[in-house]
Amino acid sequence: MPSYVIAEKCDGCKGGDKTACMYICPNDLMVLDPNAMKAYNQEPDQCWECFSCVKICPTQAIEVRGYSDFVPLGSSVMPMLGTEDVMWTCKFRNGTVKRFKFPIRTTAEGQANAYADLKGKDIESQLLSTEESEGRELPKPIATV
Amino acid sequence: MALPNKALGEIKAVRDPEVEEREVDILIVGGGMAACGTAFEVKKWMDDGQSVLLCDKAAMERSGAVAQGLSAINTYIGENTPDDYVRMVRNDLMGLVREDLIFDLGCHVDDSVHLFEEWGLPVWKKDDKGKNLDGKKGLKLGTLKSGAAPVRTGKWQIMINGESYKRIVAEAAKLALGEENILERVFIVELLLDANKENQIAGAVGFSVRENKVFIIKCKTMMVACGGAVNIYQPRSVGEGKGRAWYPVWNSGSTYTLCMRVGAELSMMENRFTPARFKDGYGPVGAWFLLFKAKALNGLGESFAGSDAAKAELEKYAPYGTAAITPTCLRNHLMLFEMKEGRGPILMDTVTALAELGKTMDKKELKHLESEAWEDFLDMTCGQANLWCATNTEPEKKNSEVMPTEPYLLGSHSGCCGLWTSGPDYDWVPDAYKIKADNGKIYNRMTTVNGLFTSGDGVGCSGHKFSSGSHAEGRMAAKQMVRYAKDHADFAPAFSLSKEELVDIVYKPVRTFLDNCEYTTAIDINPNYVKPDGMMYRLMKATHEYGAGTATYYMTTSKNLEIVMDLLATMREDCEKLGAGDVHELMRAWEIMHRIWTVEAHLRHIQYRKETRYPGFYYQCDYPGQDDENWFCFVNSKFDPKSQEWDVKKVDYIKIFPDA
Repeated sequence: MPSYVIAEKCDGCKGGDKTACMYICPNDLMVLDPNAMKAYNQEPDQCWECFSCVKICPTQAIEVRGYSDFVPLGSSVMPMLGTEDVMWTCKFRNGTVKRFKFPIRTTAEGQANAYADLKGKDIESQLLSTEESEGRELPKPIATV
Repeated sequence: MALPNKALGEIKAVRDPEVEEREVDILIVGGGMAACGTAFEVKKWMDDGQSVLLCDKAAMERSGAVAQGLSAINTYIGENTPDDYVRMVRNDLMGLVREDLIFDLGCHVDDSVHLFEEWGLPVWKKDDKGKNLDGKKGLKLGTLKSGAAPVRTGKWQIMINGESYKRIVAEAAKLALGEENILERVFIVELLLDANKENQIAGAVGFSVRENKVFIIKCKTMMVACGGAVNIYQPRSVGEGKGRAWYPVWNSGSTYTLCMRVGAELSMMENRFTPARFKDGYGPVGAWFLLFKAKALNGLGESFAGSDAAKAELEKYAPYGTAAITPTCLRNHLMLFEMKEGRGPILMDTVTALAELGKTMDKKELKHLESEAWEDFLDMTCGQANLWCATNTEPEKKNSEVMPTEPYLLGSHSGCCGLWTSGPDYDWVPDAYKIKADNGKIYNRMTTVNGLFTSGDGVGCSGHKFSSGSHAEGRMAAKQMVRYAKDHADFAPAFSLSKEELVDIVYKPVRTFLDNCEYTTAIDINPNYVKPDGMMYRLMKATHEYGAGTATYYMTTSKNLEIVMDLLATMREDCEKLGAGDVHELMRAWEIMHRIWTVEAHLRHIQYRKETRYPGFYYQCDYPGQDDENWFCFVNSKFDPKSQEWDVKKVDYIKIFPDA
């Protein structure tokens, strides 16, 4: 299901040196046509349909249509990524619509605890830094042959 | 129709790229779960004077196998023991695993899962009435670390709301490592040994996929964790749909190729994974089997896995086939048996499963159940959800086909190919599993090349670590790399090749293209170079037809293997003439080279192991069945970078943990 860019909605991320979709695509597929100032998917048969570009696009200009070799036309799956939840709208070919909402994270973005001040002590042990700081002891095999 | 990979990229390649040279103590190659673990852990052990750099081919926020998200964490030990974890992995992988590595991983994996939850990953909880709460509602019950109960689908798996799993893990990794120590969109393509010290890693070369720039990086120690290998066999969908690989389509075998080309020993490269998944969309089936208790039916509507014929077949592969949980390859084997006997297609009976569950549920609970079923796809395989929408498939009304996919190579899921690495330095670990570095010390997860480490998909003989185990393993390797760098503080890495020679290696496909592109009028058709897309199709055709691909129901023979090895040798020769007109295409050129080497290792191992250890994954038809007398051992191989020759050999398997 390659992603595609709706020409009218894409503003090329307003002339920045890279667009949001270029930044995020794990397979380097999304590129900016500098003349048209629009992004496009340069290699649709290498698209994993991971939806990373769809989720990150600031103007909601990117959607996906099913792979032409096995997906009939007429359906769509669209996420709306918030700070705490993702809302999905799934439209069937026959017109049925289903909506789902799922949590995506329970902390504020940027607040993951990196334990920046934690320093390990015993480099010769097999304990990881957080395990060592909690005074953990590693399990030993209950029985060996 | 535009062909894929043609020189239409926006960044045209130039003959003489800019060159950036760096020197660090520790180099991390990769940005997925394992590398994020390393990034989180490494500075906690480093001295102030030590330096580190991470190179990711993509952006860490969405790179690697977890880019899209996941609906479950498949390895959480919790109330179980690492000892039982070893026994589960051993049985699933037909007896041949490194029990030291698996036990060791089992001791650390929960710590990573606890961190994920602390960082904000929503983890489902079971309340005291036995009801499932999603990761947000479940917060009130506390964290896993504080003793709250997860929702187990199997003995080892826990459910999460994992759409942003990778974003959360990458955020902590980037904060811990510091943006200044990260290069995104830099693809490392060759490792370099030291000019003076035998068998010592000294650095790597790569390039930017955003500008014409080559990176030459020296280091004392390095971890390579770039995932497994995908698009190495012709996929079942050959048009646009070949992007819908089960594993991430950008995993190009770099982990194995980079390491093997500097002489690191590989192990169990014959092992592969051909997952049975929902047909075409490749959506996960685990939750359907485990959470919703659905059954797979053959075309006659029979639940074939429980039949007497299936039981008789499984007995041939005792003790694995007769264990309580049937190994993954044997489940495939039974499915293929039905298909070959003309009793296809295989259908997941979602209708009956949901109806059965619905009998004890009210309307609200049913709605929640439906939502759980859809989330399983939307969290990790959005395309499968769209396929259901496009084919008007509501699982409560219509069953869906299940099909084994094309083969994949990996070491972290239900497969175990990879590098031979050192186990931890414990008394109970056999000496044969410890690799001594030049100073006589043992560094956990170091390969047979001094200073070169791996984790995640890179570590062989140790499957079933999945996302959480890969992260934990990356952390374990991080500490060992710091230790290695401290113990080798005086080591000054040096290359035998000059800067110009290195640039020529990296940019060779560009120079070949520029030297010849004006000879013809169509840029993709030229007798003096081959484009990466053409080479990709050539590889896929060869493996598909001769290398136990889907074309032959995963069967091969000694004669077929001889033919495909010849084809691969020619492909490697022709790779000298790969042509790339833009930097995106240069990435594709190097990816196909990495894939070809990885496949060669895979098939060399299949050729060497004269038995069929993993029916359902592949069949060596000249040697059907499991031959414990002769082949209850690992197969290791080494490519010697000096002589350019391969050595393949048997290595003893050592049983450490008794049967339960």
